Amino acid sequence: MSGDLIFLMFILMLTVFLGLELISKVPATLHTPLMSGSNAISGITLVGALLAAGAADSTPLSIGLGTAAVTLATINVVGGYLVTQRMLAMFKKKRGDRK
Amino acid sequence: MSIQIQLAYLLAAFLFALGLKLMSSPETARWGNLASACAMLLTVVVTLLHTEVVEYWWILVGVLIGSAIGSFAATRLQLTEMPELVALFNGFGGGASLLVGWEAYHRQPLQDPLGAVTILLAVVIGGVTLSGSLVAWGKLREIGWGSVRLSRPLLFPGQQPINFLLLALLCLGSVLYALDSPESQTLFLVLMALAFLLGIMVVVPIGGADMPVVISLLNSYSGLAACAAGFVIFNNILIVAGALVGASGLILTNIMCKAMNRSLTNVLFSGFGAVAGKAGKDVGGDPRPISAEDAYFVLEAARSVIFVPGYGLAVAQAQHGVMELGEYLEDNGCEVRYAVHPVAGRMPGHMNVLLAEANVSYDLLVEMEDVNPTMETVDVCVVIGANDVVNPAARDDPDSPIYGMPIIEVDRARVVIVLKRSMATGFAGIENPLFYKDNTRMLFGDAKSSLHSVLGEFKGN
Repeated sequence: MSGDLIFLMFILMLTVFLGLELISKVPATLHTPLMSGSNAISGITLVGALLAAGAADSTPLSIGLGTAAVTLATINVVGGYLVTQRMLAMFKKKRGDRK
Repeated sequence: MSIQIQLAYLLAAFLFALGLKLMSSPETARWGNLASACAMLLTVVVTLLHTEVVEYWWILVGVLIGSAIGSFAATRLQLTEMPELVALFNGFGGGASLLVGWEAYHRQPLQDPLGAVTILLAVVIGGVTLSGSLVAWGKLREIGWGSVRLSRPLLFPGQQPINFLLLALLCLGSVLYALDSPESQTLFLVLMALAFLLGIMVVVPIGGADMPVVISLLNSYSGLAACAAGFVIFNNILIVAGALVGASGLILTNIMCKAMNRSLTNVLFSGFGAVAGKAGKDVGGDPRPISAEDAYFVLEAARSVIFVPGYGLAVAQAQHGVMELGEYLEDNGCEVRYAVHPVAGRMPGHMNVLLAEANVSYDLLVEMEDVNPTMETVDVCVVIGANDVVNPAARDDPDSPIYGMPIIEVDRARVVIVLKRSMATGFAGIENPLFYKDNTRMLFGDAKSSLHSVLGEFKGN
């Protein structure tokens, strides 16, 4: 188990560096979509929620917590991606098509 | 976990990273979002095939309710309400991680210290994110009871000692919990309550103009909470995605702090709006009002114009008027640009989204560092609902509370037209010498109707 933990910490460290590199290249214009998009990504906790809500032999409290977690994470994922897409669709360059 | 699931997670991690990479340009950003969404879909689908997932009924209920609420919020909301929505979503992400941690604890209260620590991290970070985001949401919505407005910074004596006490209690309790009594339900619930309280206490003293920092920070926390949940259930994709979000929030926080020339601790602990009693020098002189008609003559003769939007633009919903005026000026042979300060508005990139909504082409948007060196060559700067981010005191007056903050130096343009409702000071309560300068003209009134009056002159002539 502790070997697994160390392995996960390696992933964590390298991903943080990767994230810092990638995101420092995002222009200021896109900071709001970046934020709502990364918001949607943080809904990844949905995976944990699915495992919790879908497990066998659950007590009612477990089911309640799991289902609430699934609901919140799904709001995050669905809402986050949709609103990001809606915003990004507005970012247009339109020098040419004006008379 | 089977090898197929792991391989799918690997692909998902690649797509998440690719998605962020594509966000580096407005042209490819949409594909980036799509890649990220595909990664999420893939992750969810393969997780459902996991052997530990046997009950689908409750999952279906949660997913249906969540999708309905999420898609309703995302499609029906006014874009001016984006900051609130982002704050709320941050909170939900944290809340979900908290619930995952709680469920893991409930399922197996007797953890080894390491397991206990990871569960606690997910619950505490998630709890702080949830309660902090709800307060931030309330501040952005301007919720209030009578004369008590949540949007004002709430400060009281002994606030900082109380916060540190809370933090100390939380740390002490966590150590106790991890080492001694992981089965103690009471201690677990107390720690969760402390986390909630801490989240509220940390955000309550923060004022509206500092919201971009707080939202960025909470964004980072929501990612870190997902990360912690990943350690709870030993799941690598949660850690990858959570860390990416955590890093993203950290960078934005850092950019926002730099743009205000303040440290994070200063933003979090000083309650800026309330200390501005010493409002800097009294500048003296009288502001020079200008009529819409005269503003039209000034703009009509201009060869280069820069619009500087601020939070007032969002409040007045004046983005469409700005765009229309910009088009008239362009047709008039004038070079039009839009300069956006990093902390203008209530969240990072707030103004850019509003201007994009109004169909302003994004290549006309320029950043502060690029526009300042050429400011002398600009004929007219039109300041719409911005105040502190164009305050020359930040550059000239060492006694000013905002001294050292980088500003858009509109006062160096030939003429500055300021659209403003009244002479009231900005959010930070600091006098703005810009309004009294010789080359400044004040166009008083609601930004939207002022713009329409000027537009009317253009249409009439």
